[in-house]
Amino acid sequence: MRLSVDNLACRRSGRRIFANLSFALGPGDALAVTGRNGAGKSSLLAILTGRLRPDAGRIVIADVGEASLPECLHAVGHRDGLKSSLTAGENLLFAQRLLGAPRLSPGGALERLGLGHAHDLPVAYLSAGQRRRVALARLLVCARPLWLLDEPTAALDTASQAVLAALMAAHRAEGGLVIAATHQALGLAGAAELRIETAAAAPVADVTEDWA
Amino acid sequence: MIRAVLALIARDLRLSGRVGGSGTLSLVFFLMIVALVPFALGPDLNLLSRIGPAILWLAAVLATLIGLDRLFQADEEDGSLDLMTAAPVPLELVVLGKVTAHWLTTGLPLALAAPLFGLLVALDGTAMSSTALTLLAGTPALSFIGAVGAALTASIRRGGLILAVLVLPLMIPTLIFGVSAAQAASGGTVPFLVPLAVLAALTLIAAVVGTLAAAAALRWPE
Repeated sequence: MRLSVDNLACRRSGRRIFANLSFALGPGDALAVTGRNGAGKSSLLAILTGRLRPDAGRIVIADVGEASLPECLHAVGHRDGLKSSLTAGENLLFAQRLLGAPRLSPGGALERLGLGHAHDLPVAYLSAGQRRRVALARLLVCARPLWLLDEPTAALDTASQAVLAALMAAHRAEGGLVIAATHQALGLAGAAELRIETAAAAPVADVTEDWA
Repeated sequence: MIRAVLALIARDLRLSGRVGGSGTLSLVFFLMIVALVPFALGPDLNLLSRIGPAILWLAAVLATLIGLDRLFQADEEDGSLDLMTAAPVPLELVVLGKVTAHWLTTGLPLALAAPLFGLLVALDGTAMSSTALTLLAGTPALSFIGAVGAALTASIRRGGLILAVLVLPLMIPTLIFGVSAAQAASGGTVPFLVPLAVLAALTLIAAVVGTLAAAAALRWPE
């Protein structure tokens, strides 16, 4: 899969968050999105997942057949999409059936993240780090070429961070793409860095003109 | 594509049975309202059996509102909605699956329990079965109309009251034809089938318009 983003701009509630963002990724590439709090890292990921409309710019994908961008990606972020009253296994099985393209079984994916024992436990019983690992196990139950990770190491212990780095390396070796918004080194060898820097709080000039 | 929708329905049914789900709650609420009416009106059996279908329908409309505010809000809050956006199915089908699950856990049990609860308001056999039939035909419309309000208020915290204010006026036509069909069965100038056909038509219209409108409201939350 290839992804190219051209002069992307984001506006939320009338305020320009970022503008003129461009990057291109090919098979096996990784991109680390950095920037201070509120710079728009999560907004960029929300635009890519299709939950937010870009203000300007173009997103083009290639080599994926007829699939649309949201159908090619996995997103793991602060809102982990896990139901507390369902077990870890049930949550992953649902994700697998909903998203299609099954790969590992829920049990096998949890095993890879060192959570094999949590398969039949309700997610409500798990700690923040364990929850995050269940959400990361979703990356393994369905095969999708683009991984969007928002602060993936938050709440993870060092051993799990190493597991995640190994998973990302294996994914890239198979030709997958990784985009991670992060404040820390993730162990993404040879990753490009995209630093979002704008005066986030400044209102956009043309908005005030619209109102005048 | 069908498998994804079936997985969604199965998950919602399972969730409604677990802790924090609205499962049997709307049925209990339905029973409470119907049981309260004889206490308020007194033991006048003729009066009760005359307004019985109307009471059952009012209770059904109110019971549908239970848990409706969480229909999309729960998924919006924990990020499950992002997962559904990424599914290889149109958002309209996601809405259809979720509303179907909502109806299976609220509307269908209400319609099935209506003959039993009809005893509390002194309905005779004909009135009981006709009220149950109108609830079976009409409650899907309530779920679909409610889904539009639930989608609009998905990102508003404490949106339950706004939801009720939004959707209750839209439920009035369904209520009118539901009650008039149920009353037509137990004597009246209109044949039973006429209001029942209008009720079924309202359900079909609500299914199309409600699905499209709710999906549109969910697609671009800002």
